Amino acid sequence: MTAVGGLRRWAPATVLLVGLVGAWELYVILRRPAAYVLPSPGRIGEAFVESWPLLPTHVATTVAEALVGLAIGAVAGAGLAVVITAVPLARRVLEPVLVASQTVPMIVLAPLLVLWFGIGMSPKIIVVALITFFPVAVSTTSGLTGVDPDLVDLVRSMGARPGQVLRTVRLPAAVPAFFAGLRIAAAYAVAGAVVAEYVVAQRGLGVFLERSRRSFQVDRIFVAVVIIAALSAALFAAVGLAARVASPWHVTNKAEEAP
Amino acid sequence: MGPAEFVSLVGPSGCGKSTLLKVLAGVLVPTAGAAEVGGETVIGRPGRTAYMPQKDLLLPWRRTLDNATLGAELHGTAPAEARTRAVPLLERFGLAGFERAWPEELSGGMRQRVALLRTFLLDRQVLLLDEPFGALDAITRRRMYAWLETVWLHDRRSVLFVTHDVEEALTLSDRVHVLSPRPGRVVDTVEVGFPRPRTADLIGDAAFVRMRRRVLAALGG
Ligand SMILES: Nc1ncnc2c1ncn2[C@@H]1O[C@H](COP(=O)(O)OP(=O)(O)O)[C@@H](O)[C@H]1O
Ligand SMILES: [Mg+2]
Repeated sequence: MTAVGGLRRWAPATVLLVGLVGAWELYVILRRPAAYVLPSPGRIGEAFVESWPLLPTHVATTVAEALVGLAIGAVAGAGLAVVITAVPLARRVLEPVLVASQTVPMIVLAPLLVLWFGIGMSPKIIVVALITFFPVAVSTTSGLTGVDPDLVDLVRSMGARPGQVLRTVRLPAAVPAFFAGLRIAAAYAVAGAVVAEYVVAQRGLGVFLERSRRSFQVDRIFVAVVIIAALSAALFAAVGLAARVASPWHVTNKAEEAP
Repeated sequence: MGPAEFVSLVGPSGCGKSTLLKVLAGVLVPTAGAAEVGGETVIGRPGRTAYMPQKDLLLPWRRTLDNATLGAELHGTAPAEARTRAVPLLERFGLAGFERAWPEELSGGMRQRVALLRTFLLDRQVLLLDEPFGALDAITRRRMYAWLETVWLHDRRSVLFVTHDVEEALTLSDRVHVLSPRPGRVVDTVEVGFPRPRTADLIGDAAFVRMRRRVLAALGG
């Protein structure tokens, strides 16, 4: 991507963000709400600098939980998609269970997981995995089943067995769908880890949030929110990048990068 | 059809030409009837013929060479060995220099040649080609006729060629079966005796014009 292309791509979002922050600052200057109700962006910046020494350990813990949880969710989601596609009975048995698993609010499930798995990182990782496997499984399944039937007929006419059809046609064809699901999952992974930490934890952005809330340091709550948003965006972008690397045959990907 | 023959099926769209080829390719099981290749039934038994579907159906995630060797790979040939066999053919199929290109980077005519190469490399005695030039413009098509004849004369396998283009069928074939609208039945069979290799001005030949009129009459019903 060229510098000019990058500028054109990011300029609108940057302008919107700067505008919103400016309006916020202006509102605080004019209406003077109490600092524990709504701190100004400037005040949040100062709080960021003040809490800087505390942050690395919290951020590292949350990122580790999010990444491990996302990795487990991705593998489980893709694996389930393959099973669901290959075994019709599995689809009928598993689909209702999978959907049901998504209807239990995490805020209900997280304390139970703590009860079962302790206050360490494992219940957080499980929460992230539970949140992230679902979009991956749904998207990958539609990728695997949505393959052009003529493509399947072609390799079958060459004498391919079901396993070979899966390997040569279905799996590669489902790669873009897998990454589409993974992108959605990536956007939720960090927030999922934070929610789980909120229940009980020793380290993590959720802990930082909870402590700030208890001491009415609203500016620090905003610091945590900004960090969570930035981490989520970074993870989202990283998955997008991985998707491109994983599908080098998409010439259009490269064409997009030209100005 | 006999061995080493080039036979065409001509019929209106929707008369079941593609369906018949899928049955012969073993991927579609008919409700009634028989289909035999070399005296053995092929119904529900894929892998006996080399089938080229109507769309080129190249795998977008495989480079030209790997698309061409797909069949060999599925038959258990080592990829390296399959490539060694395919490389000399790239030249004859007009694909030299493009072995590492992605399908997205190829023109329609080249994609079609990759699909044909993939079919030829299947090492089957019977080739089933479903409107291989249907998506090409008239000029590229003409060039492909001469080229296909050259390639085919080289190893002389049986070809069952499906098209709805009468001139294409007469230019390429030893024999042309004309099918009626759905359900497709053979309503006429024309023996095309022109010597090979055939030339482009064949179209103006009086015998050719007569055959074309006869096929069109059979089609028009
Ligand atoms: N003999 C037949 N029996 C059952 N279905 C048929 C038959 N012939 C054609 N069809 C149906 O007609 C449709 C068009 O057939 P197709 O083979 O694609 O036509 P063509 O390739 O000649 O244009 C298909 O949906 C196919 O199932
Ligand atoms: Mg057809």
